[in-house]
Amino acid sequence: MSARDDRMAPRAVPRRPGERRGLAGTFLGYATLIFFALVFLYPFVIQIANSLKTEPDAAADPLSPVPHPLTLDAYERVFLGTDLPLWLGNSLLVTVAVTVARVLLDSMAGYALARLRFRGRRAMFGAIVAVIAVPGVVLFIPKFLVLNQLGMYDSYAALILPVLADAAGVFIMKQFFESIPVSVEEAARIDGAGVLRTFWSVVLPMGRPALITLTIISFQGTWNEFPHSLVAVQSPGLFTLPRGLADLVSGSLGTGTQYPLKLGAAVLATIPVAVIFVVFQRYFVRGANEGSEKG
Amino acid sequence: MDITVGRGRRLGRRTSATRENLAGWLFLAPVVAILGLFMLLPILMALWVSLTAWNGQGSPFTGRVPFVGLDNYTRLFTEDDLGRLNFVTSIRNNVYYVAIVVPAQTVLALGLALVVNRRMLKGRAFFRSAFFFPSVTSSVAISVVFLFMFANSGAVSGLLGVFGIRGPQWFSDARGVLHLLLSGLGLADLDAPPAALTGGGPLGLSWWEWLSGPSVAMCTIITLVVWTTSGTFMLMFLAALQDIPVTLEEASLIDGAGRWQRFRYVTLPMLKPTVFLVLTLGLISTWQVFDQVYVMSQGGPAKSTLTPAFLSYQTAFRDFDYGSGTAISFILFVIIVLLALLQRWVMRDRAAAPASSRRGARPGRS
Repeated sequence: MSARDDRMAPRAVPRRPGERRGLAGTFLGYATLIFFALVFLYPFVIQIANSLKTEPDAAADPLSPVPHPLTLDAYERVFLGTDLPLWLGNSLLVTVAVTVARVLLDSMAGYALARLRFRGRRAMFGAIVAVIAVPGVVLFIPKFLVLNQLGMYDSYAALILPVLADAAGVFIMKQFFESIPVSVEEAARIDGAGVLRTFWSVVLPMGRPALITLTIISFQGTWNEFPHSLVAVQSPGLFTLPRGLADLVSGSLGTGTQYPLKLGAAVLATIPVAVIFVVFQRYFVRGANEGSEKG
Repeated sequence: MDITVGRGRRLGRRTSATRENLAGWLFLAPVVAILGLFMLLPILMALWVSLTAWNGQGSPFTGRVPFVGLDNYTRLFTEDDLGRLNFVTSIRNNVYYVAIVVPAQTVLALGLALVVNRRMLKGRAFFRSAFFFPSVTSSVAISVVFLFMFANSGAVSGLLGVFGIRGPQWFSDARGVLHLLLSGLGLADLDAPPAALTGGGPLGLSWWEWLSGPSVAMCTIITLVVWTTSGTFMLMFLAALQDIPVTLEEASLIDGAGRWQRFRYVTLPMLKPTVFLVLTLGLISTWQVFDQVYVMSQGGPAKSTLTPAFLSYQTAFRDFDYGSGTAISFILFVIIVLLALLQRWVMRDRAAAPASSRRGARPGRS
């Protein structure tokens, strides 16, 4: 597009950008938005709709958002005929344990790096940043080696312990603590509160927004975590939901494609994060942008 | 406990410094212990294992395990065997995957951010969430959905059918799209590739095989990944767009800039640090693609979706060749680090200027 003549003269410039082209531009804007909203959301419609269909119906008309007939058969079979209830429980246990531990340990470490003057602080911060840069994918075999060597392989401890702390969370908390004024803490310290006391009753309460962000990132990350469970456990009784789901897909179901059942299991794996996403959206957005700061 | 200090006013400077030293280390101790035990130590153990021929029996740290030196590494490049063929094929596959996913997700994310950022549109918050939602869901669950959508009589084939296009058999189609393009243009015959290219290319793969492009099956994984990651990157662009001062846009309007000029000479330069960030994060994550390959294709058909990450898993845990598997993962590690450094170097002066004036120094970035 070239500059139009009336814009060449400064006096003729419209006050609001793009008012001239307004109508067509607005229409085009909405068309683009709606098209992409369909592209990004319709797969979830397909997922839910087909989990409520019979297998022949799902095979015959996968695109239709309306099940015909509507049936809860897939969910009944996934709850009664597979280990999914167990996986759901495992996922819940692991996710809650890891999230609580991460929020506490990451904020303690973040606080130490932001505020406490101790020998080796710079070096430790450098080490944390270096750890963030290690690609997770190269750790599959190493993690298995250490779990195997410690006799922890194939246990709940193997699922939980190695992921209890994450360097990125430490980094986020350090940034946050550095951004709040130091004066309140100093007042508490002058009143004679110790480091632990100051941290627990003054610093943490002020850290609420960052703590919520960290809770949500940890919950979402742990709930969705797949490769760690792949190298940490092998007994179906210890599978988390993503692991169990991957197992269902790779053919532990026996005959037929059984897509309604698989999609139903996938819906159940998606629901908790979806609910949290809807409720705590702005924290998700913040979490994503924290990610950009640490890059 | 020692760190819950009582009335500390009497204490001299020295004791308070000691106390803070101790407190600092105590606060840091759990994280350091966990990262040391489950990250640093494992990496060192794996470095050792990559120098052995451990087969998973017993402990790799006894004298009975054969030590092979750097053989596991050199064999991947020099030995003319299946191991090298798999490795080189996985590298080729991943190169095509990166070459498509990184530009596609960056452009899509930027485009979405520009549209969502337009002030006169209503409901922008809804659309922003809609585009972002796929990024927060489980990669395994989403892979199941895409398996269903790209099934032979699935939703995508149905949709293409509406436009009268007969879709391929997505997950069983190992043909490369560049090959298909060449044969579509009549430049080459799939069954009888040009003789000039069937000869020995580098690393045991013929030139014809190097030039395959991503396979049709790989394209489904590419689609899935672009679809899931664009939302996150859109948020990063959106945050950067909202930091651009309105006065700058107004000034460019007064100067008579058209929409394209405004984007090219005002918006884009301001976004350069973010573009740099998105490209780097994209490069790093695309070399790690694993979950989707595991769930959707297990490296098939005909190894056309094999990636180094999946190959290293497969070599260690399915073929019980832990030495080679670990060696592959360390080579992947080096590739990722080199790319991150290379990009940093390429963008070294371009990234600096606009970033510093806008937001001040940010840690971890240069």
